[in-house]
Amino acid sequence: MSYEFLQHYWCFIVALLGALLVFLLFVQGANSVAGSLGQTEAGRRLIYNSTGRKWELTFTTLVTFGGAFFASYPLFYSTSFGGAYWLWMLILFTFVLQAVSYEFQNKLGNFLGPKTFQFCLTLNGLLGPLLLGGAVATFFEGSNFIVEKGNIVDLPSSGEGLGVCQAISSWANASHGLDALLNPWVLIFGFAVVFLARTLGILYVMNNIDDEDIRLRCRSRLIGAAVPFLILFVAYFVHLLLKDGYAYDPATGIVFMEPYKYLHNLLDMWYLLVVLLIGLALVLYGIAIVVFGRSDKCSSCQIQAIWPAGIGTVLTVLALLLCSAWNNTAYYPSTADLQSSLTMQNSCSSEFTLRTMFYVSLLVPFVLAYIAYCWHAMDCKKLTQEELNESEHTY
Amino acid sequence: MNLLTIDPSAIDWARAQFALTAIYHWLFVPLTLGVGLIMSIMETKYYRTGDAFWRGAAQFWQRLFGINFALGVATGIILEFEFGTNWSNYSWFVGDIFGAPLAIEGIVAFFMESTFVAVMYFGWEKVSHGFHLASTWLTWLGATISAWWILVANAWMQCPVGCTFNPDTMRNEMTSFFDVALSPFAIGKFCHTVTSSWIVGAAFCVAVCCWYLLKKRETKLALESLRIGAAVGLFAAVLAAATGHKSAQDVACKQPMKLAAMEALYDGGTGQGLKVVEGIEVPYALSFMATNDFNGYVPGINDLLKGYTREDGTVEPSAQEKMMRGRQAIESLAAYRQAKAEGANQATLAPLLASLQENMPYFGYGYIKDESELVPPIAVNFWAFRVMVGVGCLLILFFAVVLAATCQWPKKWWQKCDITKLPSWLYWLAVALVPLTYVASESGWLVAELGRQPWTIQDMLPIGASVSDIGSFAVATTFWLFLILFTILLTVEINIMIKQIKKGPQL
Repeated sequence: MSYEFLQHYWCFIVALLGALLVFLLFVQGANSVAGSLGQTEAGRRLIYNSTGRKWELTFTTLVTFGGAFFASYPLFYSTSFGGAYWLWMLILFTFVLQAVSYEFQNKLGNFLGPKTFQFCLTLNGLLGPLLLGGAVATFFEGSNFIVEKGNIVDLPSSGEGLGVCQAISSWANASHGLDALLNPWVLIFGFAVVFLARTLGILYVMNNIDDEDIRLRCRSRLIGAAVPFLILFVAYFVHLLLKDGYAYDPATGIVFMEPYKYLHNLLDMWYLLVVLLIGLALVLYGIAIVVFGRSDKCSSCQIQAIWPAGIGTVLTVLALLLCSAWNNTAYYPSTADLQSSLTMQNSCSSEFTLRTMFYVSLLVPFVLAYIAYCWHAMDCKKLTQEELNESEHTY
Repeated sequence: MNLLTIDPSAIDWARAQFALTAIYHWLFVPLTLGVGLIMSIMETKYYRTGDAFWRGAAQFWQRLFGINFALGVATGIILEFEFGTNWSNYSWFVGDIFGAPLAIEGIVAFFMESTFVAVMYFGWEKVSHGFHLASTWLTWLGATISAWWILVANAWMQCPVGCTFNPDTMRNEMTSFFDVALSPFAIGKFCHTVTSSWIVGAAFCVAVCCWYLLKKRETKLALESLRIGAAVGLFAAVLAAATGHKSAQDVACKQPMKLAAMEALYDGGTGQGLKVVEGIEVPYALSFMATNDFNGYVPGINDLLKGYTREDGTVEPSAQEKMMRGRQAIESLAAYRQAKAEGANQATLAPLLASLQENMPYFGYGYIKDESELVPPIAVNFWAFRVMVGVGCLLILFFAVVLAATCQWPKKWWQKCDITKLPSWLYWLAVALVPLTYVASESGWLVAELGRQPWTIQDMLPIGASVSDIGSFAVATTFWLFLILFTILLTVEINIMIKQIKKGPQL
C-alpha cells in the first residue's frame, strides 16, 4: 500500500461516512415535517418515536465523520473547525438540542413542556441539513482561510500574559464561517440537502410506520419535498459542471484554477460518473414509485421506496464528495489564498497513521453488518399505535 | 505570513469553554458507566431466573440510564469538535496521533453503543431474551470502550509516547500505535477513571434505594438493588484506591510538577510526609505514594524550577535552561524551514536538524515567557486532591457497611438490625453522598487537568501555542450560550429523574 493509495482510501472512507450521514439525515427530514405528516398529537408522537429509534445512528455517524476527518486529514480539522467557528458551532448547537429532545419531550417532570422540545426537533430538522449541506458546498465553492504552518515557530512577543504564538490556520474575515451563507450557491446546495432529507424522511416514515393515514399523507407531501430538491440539485449540479475548479499539480503541490474541473473529474473518473448516475436514477426511482404509484392504498413497493432512494443518496453523495478531492483536486479550497487550499496531499496524516487506521477501518463492514442486522430485527414489524401504547420505553 | 494575532484573553475563554463542556460531560458519563453495569447485572438475573421482578428492575434502571445518557451524548459531541474549534494549532500539531483514538472511538464504540441502545430500549418484544441481554451488555461495553479510547487520547496528552517530530510537516507523527494505545499511563488512567465511574453509579443506586426505604415503598426493589449497588460500589471503590495509587506513581514519574502542586510541596526531599491538611501530615506517606519507598525522593515546586539531582545521579535541568533549550529548538526549526525553502543542501540542514533533535524534549518550554507560568494553580489542586481521596475513603467504608447490612454478614452483628427500619437520617445520609461523590469525581478531573497546566501536551505544547485564532468575543459568546443551555438541560434532567424515581418501577 503506497502513501498515495492510503490517502485515496481514507478519502473514500470519510466520503462514505459523509454519504451515510446524508442518508441518515432522514431523521432530521422527517422531524421537520412531523407536524404536517402526523397532524394529530398521536400521529406526531408516532413519527417522533419512529425517528427516535434511529437518531443515535445519525448522531454517531456525524461524530465518526468528524473523528475520521481528524485522524486522516488533521489540517482540515484544524482549519475548518478552528476557522469556520460559527458555522460549526451552530451545527453542534442544533444537534445538542436534538439529542435531548427525544428523551425529554414527553417525560414527567419536563417543565419546559413537550412543545419546546418538539420545536427543537423541527429546528434541528431544518438547520442541521441546511448547515451541513452548506459546509459540504464549501468543498466546491471555497472558504476564506489562510494556512501558514510556519506560524508555529513564531515565538511569543514579550509583555504580560501567557506566551501566545500565531495560529497555523486563520480565517481571513471576522465572520468565522457565516460568510459561506452569503454565497447563493452554498445556500442552493444547503436547501437541496434540506429537501433531500425531507424526501428521505417522508419515505422512511412510509416504511417504518404501519398507519395507512400517515402513509397516504406521506405520499401527498412527497411532491412538495421532492420537486424543490430536484430543482435545486439540478441547478447546483449544472453550476458545478460548468464552474472553474481548484486543481493542483501533484509534483509541486501548486494549486491553480482549472475551467470545468469538476466536469473533467467526472469524465476522467468515469466510474464515479457511473456511480453518480446510478445513484441519481435510484433516487428518482424511489420518488417516482411513490408519486406515480397507486394513490388509494400504499403498495409494498411504495413502502420500500426508502431503500432505492437511500442507496441512491449514498452513491450520489459518495461520488460528489470523491469528485471534490480525487484527481488532483483541492477538496477544501481557499478563496483568500489559493496556495493555502487543502489537498489530500498537504493535509493528510502520516503514512504510518493512515496505514494503522487502514487496519482499523477493516472493522467497518463488520460494524455495518451488525447495524443492518439490528435494524432488520427491530423494523421487521412496523411501528403501530398499539405497539406505542404497550411499549415500556417511548418518546 | 502573520496576518492575525491571537487575542490572549481568547485562550482563557477557550480553556473556560472546554472546562465547562468537560465538567458537564463528566456529570453524565460516570452515571452511564455505573448504572449501565448495574442494569446489565439485573437483566442477567432476569435471563437466568426468568423472574419478572428482575425484568421490571432492569427496565426501571434502564429508564434512568436513558434520561442521563442523552445529555452525555449531547455534551460529548461538543467536546470532540472543540479540539478543532478551540484548539486548531493543537489539532494540526498532534492530530496525526490524537485523531486516531477519536476515530477508533467512533467506529468501534459509538456505533456499538448507538445500535444496541435502541435494541435495549425498544427490543423487549422484538428480539429474543438472549439477544436483548447481549444488547444491554453491548451498550455498556460500547460506553466503556468509548471511555478507553478517549482516555488513551487524554493519557497521551499527559504523557506523550510513540511519536516523533517531523520538521518537514511541522507536526508530531505517530511511530508506534501500540505505545500510544497501551501506554501504562493510559491503562492506569482508564482503570482509575472507569472504576471511579462505577462508584458514582453505585452511590446513585444506593441513594435511590435508600429513598424508597425511607418512604417505605418498593421495598423488594430497594433491597435487591441495594445489594447489587453496594457490591459494585465496594468492589469499585477498592479498585479505585488501588489504581489511584498506581496513577499517583505515574504522575510522580511523568508529571512531577502536578504532584508537587497536589501536595503544595515547595521544597522536596526524601522521606516526605503526605499532608492531610496544612499542618497535619502522615509521615513518609508521600514518598511511599510517589515511589513505593518510604525514603524516596520527591521534588518540590522550587526544586523543579531550579533543577535538582535525582537519587540515581541524573540531573533535571532548571526551568530557565529548559526554556532556553526550547527556544533553541524553535529557532533551529525556523532556520531549517527557511534553509529548506531556499534550497539549502544537506550539509547546511544537518546541523540545524541535530540542534532541533537535541533540544526537542524541551520544545514546548520555548513558548514559555516566565517560569512562573510553569506552576499550576496550587490551592485548587491541593484541595481537589484531598476531596477526591477523602470522599473515596469514606465511600469504601460506606459501601462496606451497606453491603454487610444488606447481606446480614456477620449475622450476629446485624441480628437486631432491620435495614428497612433504620433512623431516617441514615437514609438521607446515603442520598447526600450522591452530590459528594460527584464532587469527588469532578475533583479527580480538576487535579488531572489543572495539575498539568500550562501544557496541552506535557512539555511539548503549552496552551498559548495550541489555541485557535478566534476572537475572545466569539468564544465568550458560545461559552455563555453553552453554560445557559447545559444548565437548563441539566435542571430539566434532574427534575425528570426525580419524577421518574418518585413514579417508581411500577413492578
